[in-house]
Amino acid sequence: MISVQRDDFDIAEQYRALREEGSNAGGIATFTGLVREFYDPETVKNTEPRVESLTLEHYPGMTEKVLADIVAKARARWDVLACRVIHRIGELHASDQIVYVGVASTHRGDAFAAAEFIMDYLKTSAPFWKKQNTSAGSEWIESRTADHVARERWNDEQGLDVQQ
Amino acid sequence: MLTINYFASIREELGTGTESYPLPAQIRTVGDLIDSIVDDRGEPWTALQDSSRVLVAVNQTIVDRACELDGDEEIAFFPPMTGG
Repeated sequence: MISVQRDDFDIAEQYRALREEGSNAGGIATFTGLVREFYDPETVKNTEPRVESLTLEHYPGMTEKVLADIVAKARARWDVLACRVIHRIGELHASDQIVYVGVASTHRGDAFAAAEFIMDYLKTSAPFWKKQNTSAGSEWIESRTADHVARERWNDEQGLDVQQ
Repeated sequence: MLTINYFASIREELGTGTESYPLPAQIRTVGDLIDSIVDDRGEPWTALQDSSRVLVAVNQTIVDRACELDGDEEIAFFPPMTGG
């Protein structure tokens, strides 16, 4: 299941769905991303001023296509019995849930790896953009080299053909 | 007719979200198209020429500037992604 939505999500509900969908799973790994209360895009540190809100823009159509491609790559590489990916768009506030990845697998290694792989590719390949609004003004958050490095390490092990 | 979409900081910088653009006769690639837009419009459209700052998708797939066009594609220009 892949969803790009304005509404918040309930991780207990997602967990229940993964248990149902992943028959004979030995474990479920999940990741939930939150909006930081303090974040300075310049220094990449959690400092003042306070984040009033984040505006999430995306490219409808391409977003869903890229997310489906990333999940398909994860399924081809690991034993994925069930997978759910949710990304929110629109206006979000500090401590709001922004992204969710859940993977059910036979073994924990595959569940952890697939969930991390999906997050690493999602951050750098799915067409989402964050604008941060603080009392000092609004600015588009720049892409981080560390996120690209995190994605690239998956390529060291095996050639992959995920976009970008 | 090409459909060109602009997103995030590029959309704000250019003041344009989406437009229809007829593919000029001599244009073959994305790079040629960008040069043609810049020739027509000048600043601030020169921003599109910076490939480190502006990514291009053709029919919702990331391409490089050598990608060839037929004239009826959906093109998008946007900055590096920052989701998650």
